[in-house]
Amino acid sequence: MKKSVSLVKEYTKGVWENNPVLIQVLGMCPALAVTVSAINGIAMALATTFVLLFSSIIISSIRKLIPAQVRIASYILIIATFVTIVDLVMKAQFPELSKSLGPYIPLIVVNCLILGRQEAFSSKNGIFRSALDSLGMGTGFLIALFMLGGIREIIGTKTLLGYQVMPEAFEPWLIMILPAGAFLTLGLMMAYFNSLSIKKKEKEQTSLVAKYQNLKNNISINEEDK
Amino acid sequence: MELLLIFFSAAIVNNFVLSYFLGICPFIGVSNKISSAFSMGLATTFVMVITSIVTWLIYHLILIPYHLEFLQYVSFILVIASLVQFVEMFIKKISQPLYRALGIFLPLITTNCAILGLALFIVLREYSFVEGIFYGVGAGVGFTLAITIMAGIREELDLADVPEAFKGAPITLLVAGILALAFMGFSGLITF
Repeated sequence: MKKSVSLVKEYTKGVWENNPVLIQVLGMCPALAVTVSAINGIAMALATTFVLLFSSIIISSIRKLIPAQVRIASYILIIATFVTIVDLVMKAQFPELSKSLGPYIPLIVVNCLILGRQEAFSSKNGIFRSALDSLGMGTGFLIALFMLGGIREIIGTKTLLGYQVMPEAFEPWLIMILPAGAFLTLGLMMAYFNSLSIKKKEKEQTSLVAKYQNLKNNISINEEDK
Repeated sequence: MELLLIFFSAAIVNNFVLSYFLGICPFIGVSNKISSAFSMGLATTFVMVITSIVTWLIYHLILIPYHLEFLQYVSFILVIASLVQFVEMFIKKISQPLYRALGIFLPLITTNCAILGLALFIVLREYSFVEGIFYGVGAGVGFTLAITIMAGIREELDLADVPEAFKGAPITLLVAGILALAFMGFSGLITF
């Protein structure tokens, strides 16, 4: 069964149909907390993807050596090591960004998304597939965080990535950059994507029904011919 | 007085769930029934208080004297993971019903960001030992408060006619947003 999933699919499934934030509801704390601006969202997603990618590579390559009883503890240790690397690098290279993300960079350690992927995927698959899977999940995370941060930044401060995009007369909604705004925006975003997938399902169903009807008609016509 | 301020600031004004977004996973996952939400809150509070004590000791007595601050995250998460294991065994021993009620959510406390976040905030704000404990209790009480209120609302929500697309996580997030708005009312209470 494992082989039947194509490599492309391994990557794309995380981007859209299994999007970690919008569909699986994983990694919510960073998604909600840091997305006051789009740039914060991007930085957070890149840091998370880095940790996810390298811990997946390590864990999938030593997955046969880790005893099952202590696997969670070993995963967390490996993840924590990479988070420390990211944290130190960010402090040295991007001190301002690191300050605005604050304690949420170290909190990547307990991001359910990362541990979840290790448990569900890397511990059962090879290095290459695990890397693809984590890159896909990382991309999905990036898309969700960028959208969330972008929406909040545009409505909350009239800018996107620091450039003004809304007209001068627009009165910014302060609530969007406050905690409550994060909950409301993400809630509405999820509802929107839910409604999209519901519509898609309905369409599939109606097309299926139509196909069945066609088939039935054909059969009955054939029978009449006889 | 200072200690009380720290307590109320952590419990109400800067509520961990509603203004720092820590512990969202259990907040959304376990808030279906008031009783299980409340016991989840209690278990988390218990782990939080012990975490604040133990991580403070480790940070100030081991990591600083030996200049090992970069091992912070690794050592904190190890301590938390073993603490949670301990709490799980403890609850299993003394109360079977509670153990069954909390079920799979107990191990999840390990990956509850609120716990690690608490330890990190205590280091970041350079709290003293006693301040740290008060902060831990406050954070735990705040978490319990938020998750119990949320469970109360969600029990009512079961009877409401929610649009198909909003079912599940979206409506929960919207409710949390309104709750966060309500908690914003406290923000003038303490200037901290």
